[in-house]
Amino acid sequence: MQAYLLEIIIVISAIALLLTEAFITPKRKYRIAILAILPLTIVFVLNVFAVAPSEYNKEMTQFYAWDNIARFFKGFTLLATILTLIFTLDYRRTLSKFTTRPGTEEGTGEYYSLILFACAGMMWMASAKDLVSLFVSLELTTITTYILVAYMRRNVGSLEAGVKYLILGALSTGFLVYGIAWVYGATGTTDLALIQEKITDQNQNYLLFGVALILISIAFKVGAVPMHLWIPDVYQGAPTPTTAFLSVASKASGFAIAIRVLQPFMESGNQVLSSKFTTIIAVLAGATLLVGNLAALRQSNFKRLLAYSSIANAGFLLLPLAAWNSDSALASQHAIAFYLGVYLLMTFAAFFVLAIIYRNTGSDEISAFEGLGRRHPTLAFMTTIIMGALAGLPLTGGFWGKFFAFESAIRGGLWVPVIIGFIGAAAGFYYYFQIIRAMYWRESLSTRQIRIRPISYWTVKGLTIAIVLLGFFPKPMEWLIGEKPTSAEKAPQKNQDQPVAVNTAN
Amino acid sequence: MSLIFVILPLLAALSILFNYNPQKVARGTAAVTLFFALGSVFCWDASVWGLSFEMLSKPSIHLALDFYDGMSVVMVILTALVLFAATWSGKCPEQNQRLWYSSILLIGAGAFGAFLATDIFFFYAFHELALIPTFLMIGNLGTGQRKEAAWKITIYLAFGSIILLGGLIALVVASGSENWLFSELFKADIPAESQKWIALLLILGFGILVSLFPFHTWAAPAYSCAPAPVAMLHAGVLKKFGLYGLFRLYPMVPEGMQAWVGWIIVLLLGNILWVGFVTINQRRLDSMLGNSSVMHMGYIFLAFAALVSSGGLEANPLAQPAAIVLMFAHGVTIALLFMLTDIIRRKTGTVELSELGGLAKAAPNLAFLFGLAGMASIGLPGLANFAGEVMVFLAGFHGFDGQNFSAIQIATILALWGVVISAVYMLRAFRKTFQGPAVENTSSEKVKDLGKFCQIPAAILAISLLVVGLYPKSLLSLINKDTSAPKAAQSEN
Repeated sequence: MQAYLLEIIIVISAIALLLTEAFITPKRKYRIAILAILPLTIVFVLNVFAVAPSEYNKEMTQFYAWDNIARFFKGFTLLATILTLIFTLDYRRTLSKFTTRPGTEEGTGEYYSLILFACAGMMWMASAKDLVSLFVSLELTTITTYILVAYMRRNVGSLEAGVKYLILGALSTGFLVYGIAWVYGATGTTDLALIQEKITDQNQNYLLFGVALILISIAFKVGAVPMHLWIPDVYQGAPTPTTAFLSVASKASGFAIAIRVLQPFMESGNQVLSSKFTTIIAVLAGATLLVGNLAALRQSNFKRLLAYSSIANAGFLLLPLAAWNSDSALASQHAIAFYLGVYLLMTFAAFFVLAIIYRNTGSDEISAFEGLGRRHPTLAFMTTIIMGALAGLPLTGGFWGKFFAFESAIRGGLWVPVIIGFIGAAAGFYYYFQIIRAMYWRESLSTRQIRIRPISYWTVKGLTIAIVLLGFFPKPMEWLIGEKPTSAEKAPQKNQDQPVAVNTAN
Repeated sequence: MSLIFVILPLLAALSILFNYNPQKVARGTAAVTLFFALGSVFCWDASVWGLSFEMLSKPSIHLALDFYDGMSVVMVILTALVLFAATWSGKCPEQNQRLWYSSILLIGAGAFGAFLATDIFFFYAFHELALIPTFLMIGNLGTGQRKEAAWKITIYLAFGSIILLGGLIALVVASGSENWLFSELFKADIPAESQKWIALLLILGFGILVSLFPFHTWAAPAYSCAPAPVAMLHAGVLKKFGLYGLFRLYPMVPEGMQAWVGWIIVLLLGNILWVGFVTINQRRLDSMLGNSSVMHMGYIFLAFAALVSSGGLEANPLAQPAAIVLMFAHGVTIALLFMLTDIIRRKTGTVELSELGGLAKAAPNLAFLFGLAGMASIGLPGLANFAGEVMVFLAGFHGFDGQNFSAIQIATILALWGVVISAVYMLRAFRKTFQGPAVENTSSEKVKDLGKFCQIPAAILAISLLVVGLYPKSLLSLINKDTSAPKAAQSEN
């Protein structure tokens, strides 16, 4: 099956669900979510067997790349979307409080199909090899997420978040279009593969400017420093499933396009461009790490803490991007993909815990966790593991992500951002462990039992087990990311080298 | 085979979570590992102990465990001894038996793993595994200001570990090695300029873990608040990981370490003299012991500084064995002292020196053992610490031409005063606790002597102090094997 059909299936099922929504009674709108999980799961399976579009299909091959990175990011987006929908199933009561008629689920049906549209856009972003298709898919995603953020329209916080997101998003789109225009003007093409061939000493300054503008828009998408200001407010105001979706899927697709856009420039052999981009991204990474981690120290609200943690994680993810290398033992793409894979597990687990706590205590302050160790020991234990993983404790999955990020940054010799990263990681211990401290070392005022819905409970349990298993045995993630074609070509070369070395030794 | 040391405590900890009798499982496991550890003395060079299993292909990381050299053997024996004492002594709070014993076993498993690992990654990761239950135990089951102490030790050690991780990654990257195995890394030749920065990261990272001055402030409060087994295991065993690591990784960055040797000497004198004077001023038995353990780290650092400033393992063959003997001796001594202090706390309800007194009458065995351990800690001849300290001082003067004092010799002379300082605080503590009249309104006169279950582990620790003290060659013969073993392995390749 040709790969682009995956997106088409998702879009068609999203439209179908939108139509079906009209025929479902207001009390049962959640059925849309269950119906939506179905095509996602099917596509998730099909994603494994998909093949590249045939060469004769010029219209598609021009716009659509299909490689291991694309496959990984598509699978990633699908999994994140499925988890978001599961999340929404348990969150729908809060959601329906602030929509058309509070109490019924009227007006919540579109929420689920909008998530599917965003998912299709993100899947396409993973394959975008042309700046035009990149722009279109990015806009499909961004416009849907504007609605998803402001979905609780009777809630002031959600509306405020929506407006903020809209304004800054529009600004970053402006940067993106402007940047694309510069790149097109300098090279006469929007195809990223062709751009690589057309880099010359004459146009490199224009390209530098153009790509720097595109990078600003990507920074908005992933929440890196100059464009991070929207994150705390939007994360706090938006419905929690949207927040989780934004912080995982949206960030990941930002990195997917960052890899696609930067690849031609980093691997063109043009030293001026690649060293300048390394500097730019290293500065972004350092600043992001500093702002994210230091601002997180002072937070007393768990949702806001997660927002800053998401900024901080963007900083860690930028490290391998800055230290671009595609042919060492661990390529940058792999480090990023690995980090994101673990990040998905940890962040969703953290958001599920947040929702559970919110439903039981009505608060998402850190103080709401007080006494959880006594009130629900299992949940407290799982939260401990999740927080440990977020902090990067060894033998949890989170450690490997940070480890690979640091490794490739040190390989790239980026010492200043690495040192900032160390300080950030140490600060991370402080603010993530605040949760653990609240759970075990403080007494709660209420002794009411914590009640957890079975779906949330089992999802958190599954995610936690996956985090621990990955911590002890990270190889499965390596299998998922797959061999990069270049490293596969290089492997036989190494084998050729080795016998030579042995011969000389003998 | 060497996986036994890690897997046994891990399985035991798991089975405790599944409701087996925690005390019996933990004590049994500790006894079995002690048996294996003592047994390994006779056959540690056999290839049966080795194990290597690739966990990750790029970068290539192996779960590799082996007795790399004599240093590993000694540290494993130390761990087994202290783990045994920690599980057999000590009384855990009734409801928390599962947390208590499973944490102790996890710490033990982590320590065994760290000392046995021959892959630099697991060398690091196992130590971290041991730290997490340490934090939890101090925070949940400690005494006094346990929350602040746990918070402090968590932040300090987490920060130290992160710096250390940076140093280790930089080391591997600079060596250009394909995998993370010690055997590969030792072959690499790292350029001097990068050695310098790697060495700085390693000294800082390991230094924070070993409570090198001025990063030592976490240690004393943590030990005085920690439950006794945790204090024993951390002060006795886990803290040695930092020094073990410095000695282990030194051959990879000898020139880099050389660049910082002046700083090391200044800081270790801070450990010995500054912290020594701080220790004299302590009014509580447990915080005095915590500070004294920080202070004694200075001597082992002195051995390291002697090794570094003389320029290599061949140039100063005394330094590394000296450090290992002292690490072993100090580990056993401090474990015994913390154990006895906890017994005193349980029997009298206080560890304030001003409220203690005259315990020797009621509890002669306790007094004898405490006296023995205290004397050992001062460095009385015939006990293990004496052997270690003498060797350290000799290492400091190794190659001395009789005229020109270099920094390390001056440091050694100053460090000798540390012996006097430790005599002052240790003898005073002994006098105040065990001699003189009992303080009024306390229960000192009615205290019962050591119970049977506390006598066995205490006696084992005391005997090992005596054995090593009277016949240091028992350890040295193990250590001196090491210079030949890796070379033999290399020449085979």
